[in-house]
Amino acid sequence: MKRYALKRLLGMLPLLLGITMISFAMMHLAPGEPAVTGQAFNPKVSSQDIERLRAYYGLNQPLYEQYWHWLQRLAVLDFGTSFSDDHRPVLDKVMERLPVTLWINILAMGLMLMVAIPIGVVSAVRQGSWLDRSLTVLVFVAFAIPSFWLGLLLMMGLGVNLGWLPISGVHDYNWQQMGYWQQQWDFLKHLMMPVFISAIGGWAGMSRFMRTGMLEVIRADYITTARAMGISETQIHYRLALKNAILPVITLLGLSIPGLIGGSVIVEYLFSLPGMGRLFYEAILARDYTVVMGITVIGAVLTLLGNLIADLAYAWADPRIRSSVS
Amino acid sequence: MSFWMRLKQHPLMLMGLLIVLTVASLAVLAPWLAPYDPTKIDVRSILLSPSLAHWCGTDTLGRDVFSRLLYGARISLAVGFVAVGLSMLIGIALGAWAGYVGGRVDAMMMRLTDMVLCFPTFFLILAVIAFLEPSIWNIMIVIGLTSWMGVTRLVRAEFLSLREREFVLAAKSLGVSPLRLIWTYLLPNAMGPIMVSAVLGVAGAVLMESGLSFLGLGVQPPNPSWGNILTDGKDNIQLAWWLSLYPGLAILMTVLGYNLLGEGLRDWFDPKSL
Repeated sequence: MKRYALKRLLGMLPLLLGITMISFAMMHLAPGEPAVTGQAFNPKVSSQDIERLRAYYGLNQPLYEQYWHWLQRLAVLDFGTSFSDDHRPVLDKVMERLPVTLWINILAMGLMLMVAIPIGVVSAVRQGSWLDRSLTVLVFVAFAIPSFWLGLLLMMGLGVNLGWLPISGVHDYNWQQMGYWQQQWDFLKHLMMPVFISAIGGWAGMSRFMRTGMLEVIRADYITTARAMGISETQIHYRLALKNAILPVITLLGLSIPGLIGGSVIVEYLFSLPGMGRLFYEAILARDYTVVMGITVIGAVLTLLGNLIADLAYAWADPRIRSSVS
Repeated sequence: MSFWMRLKQHPLMLMGLLIVLTVASLAVLAPWLAPYDPTKIDVRSILLSPSLAHWCGTDTLGRDVFSRLLYGARISLAVGFVAVGLSMLIGIALGAWAGYVGGRVDAMMMRLTDMVLCFPTFFLILAVIAFLEPSIWNIMIVIGLTSWMGVTRLVRAEFLSLREREFVLAAKSLGVSPLRLIWTYLLPNAMGPIMVSAVLGVAGAVLMESGLSFLGLGVQPPNPSWGNILTDGKDNIQLAWWLSLYPGLAILMTVLGYNLLGEGLRDWFDPKSL
């Protein structure tokens, strides 16, 4: 198991290098130099000043040297400083916003599994029934719903009209005066709608996947054997078949990470949540290139890490892989 | 089995097809169907709720929402088709190359695909738009340039299995040129899955465009788009429910239609379902 993990970790390195290359290329293929464009029409900035700015950001060096320097700084997690007025390190800005985004996405993944797995199992067990068909239509509709639209409708209904759930931010205005558990409950209440709309898009793919997996497993020999031995159908479905059918879903969960992270831009914008997605959006409007590039790289690395965790979880859960690699 | 008989056995696909055709004809006929000019500002009729004169109400500048929805369909579908066309072009070319040549080219191509797949697509698109300007053309190109990975993998997998088949080997031994081999022997046999992924791709692109426009980084006003009408809806959430409800329904129906059609086609082309 350890050797497998190490092998996978090493296998990530070329991918990581490729990610930095693509990001760097994107940054430099863009028309106009980020550091300079902001000053181009500023009458107070002379051409010598611009030259000095270019030298300061290293823009007068050849590209491969620039890439190398950038990479060296990345290796020690130095993403540069923000172009905005506060000039804070990009990493600091991202780190203070990351927890909200991670919370939303982790909870959304949980909700995705909690709904998709039962739907998939029920559809497979009752293949072809009206329940199977209506669940299929339901997840298709859920997949087609634009998340920001559903978010708007929920805000209107549950937030504005009924007043049950808060519609923006992560804390109430009197958060400071609350007790510990009250604070946790308040935080959770603020996350309910965002988590829900992040999760529903994943239901379709995951439940269909679960259904197909379950159908395959049910036809396997060991299930027939179990049936012949007189084990009850409930036992067969929920104890024997489920265990094996659930495995591939782990991989799918890993694959859904980039979508979730990317989707956080819209969710956080809609609910005014102080997360990484909203920081990214603000950085784009402000043309804050270092922050944009920093978050793009961090997003890709998070995806890579998520896939690694999914692979390791898969290897750990599947005895065949576990024994063959250790 | 006749075509119609088979179609009847796929009710969901039939529904998808109907939705797709309806939306497409509404988009094409928009200039004749729209009761008002979609960009005409009318200060005397600001934020009117739906009525017989304005079926879907009016927006903050007094423009007719129904007319804007019809014209929005044109933009959404145009973005969807062009973006998917571009991603298919790139995807098929790269996938065909990797699958036909195999070996080191194939390995390198797959690593490249893995790398691009690591980037959250939405981040990639937004980052590129930050560098360019948000406009309809840029949106089409950027969505196309960031969604070719699935087709590449698919075409490559199809080609890898096809190129070992007897009829391909026979053609090869007869001296058919590689380009002709790809074009007349390999590609037609991979067309089913490619079509499925193109149809599903349109759904994804429409959703992506509306999301971008909603953030104000897609189609720019005064051009109507389902996404940017929803932005108006967000800003007037307590005043005008119709600005939020109808454009969302339009996106939902369109995306649902293409998804149903795509999934239906998958079953249709699947030899096991015959």
